[in-house]
Amino acid sequence: MLLSSLLEFYDIFVGSFDLFLEGLWITFKLSIASLLIAFVIGLFIAILKISNIKILQWIADLYIWIVRGTPLVVQIFILFYGLTDIFLIPMFWAGVAGLAFHSGAYIAEIIRGTIQSIDKGQREAGRSLGMTSGMTMRRIILPQAFRRAVPSLGNQFIIGIKDSSLVSFIGMQDLFGVASSMGSNTFNYLPYFITVAIYYLFIVLILTLIVNKIEKKLARSD
Amino acid sequence: MSEVREMIRVDKLNKSFGDLHVLKDIDMTVNESDVVVLVGASGSGKSTLLRCLNFLEIKNSGTITIESENVEKETHNLNKIREKVGMVFQHFNLFPHKTVLGNVTEAPIQVKGISRQQAVKEGKELLDKVGLGDKYNVYPSTLSGGQKQRVAIARALAMKPDVMLFDEPTSALDPELVGEVLATMKELALEGMTMVVVTHEMGFAREVGDWVVYMHDGKIVETGIPSDLFDHPQEERTKAFLSSIL
Repeated sequence: MLLSSLLEFYDIFVGSFDLFLEGLWITFKLSIASLLIAFVIGLFIAILKISNIKILQWIADLYIWIVRGTPLVVQIFILFYGLTDIFLIPMFWAGVAGLAFHSGAYIAEIIRGTIQSIDKGQREAGRSLGMTSGMTMRRIILPQAFRRAVPSLGNQFIIGIKDSSLVSFIGMQDLFGVASSMGSNTFNYLPYFITVAIYYLFIVLILTLIVNKIEKKLARSD
Repeated sequence: MSEVREMIRVDKLNKSFGDLHVLKDIDMTVNESDVVVLVGASGSGKSTLLRCLNFLEIKNSGTITIESENVEKETHNLNKIREKVGMVFQHFNLFPHKTVLGNVTEAPIQVKGISRQQAVKEGKELLDKVGLGDKYNVYPSTLSGGQKQRVAIARALAMKPDVMLFDEPTSALDPELVGEVLATMKELALEGMTMVVVTHEMGFAREVGDWVVYMHDGKIVETGIPSDLFDHPQEERTKAFLSSIL
């Protein structure tokens, strides 16, 4: 009984490989694009937040409040209908926009926290050498803040990759989208969802190993 | 005899942090090649005075004249002023993500725009001078406190400042490492560098200082040459301070 289920699962796992490979490629492109954009958004919002200008801080707070205050799936739908209906942007980029918009807020908070954790003497040393405030931020504070942010950023990237599965709700055939369609086509849901779980576990495992390696490398130069 | 050149002049300087009035009507002059040592109990305002001189703290009132220029935050590029006024901190504040040489070459390359090659050449000379010729490519975390502070001195000197400010440069050091930093500072003084030093090292003040300024409660109580101030203090407060530390 168990053996026959395992054999059936093996057949499905191997038989669906080509389809899942296409989904994997979409998930991969989607995650890379959205996380890169989210990183830029996060850095920008973090700098707004630590600026001394009230209106800029307020804009950053508003953005973070909206992202944290609404479910990701709602953000994806709003951006999907907003962008594809009004601006005629392809579905892929609407998905990227939704995910980047979301992760950006969390990355902003991570970067802000690590910038503020850098000893104020570093800033003073930079300024006392005649460096401008921007130069001090770019050359002295940010390189140290990024090092400190690596573990948290890695964690946020893992969350981002898993969250990307929500784009299947706007019809994208990413990893989860493939599992969903296969399940409803065959009425045999469980093996496909277990299959997709294995793919995600594998991706996250690889990413974890990469982050650990980067952390070790950075620790060496300290 | 040539005329003495005035490097720093402070008139009626006042600084408050909220309700706390830290500097009260400070008047002070530092001439070229002078070594002025600020002494006084913690909380007397000496570090704040030093930090006002390179505008890490912005005064509330009064004037600060650097090389005959009355410097105001509103009208001056403070970054340009800070290039002329080097600062050494109690806790070194070296850049931990840069090598020793990287610490020393960063500002000349980024701020002054000199070539990397030139900055490296000058940086190595400065590190040789402070006795760290074998440490160019190590990171600050591998150095002792005394070595770190000497790198910090070289880093400030790399901008070729006209004045050097030292904010308790030996206070964070283990006792056996104090000597090497003071020796470097003394060498600098002998070369004619204009220096303002906040320190608790009375031996250094006496030996190297041209002027000693005693501060108490945000005011300058007494200024004199070391032998006068230490051996024949005029003010009761100065006497009380000296007897408490000696």
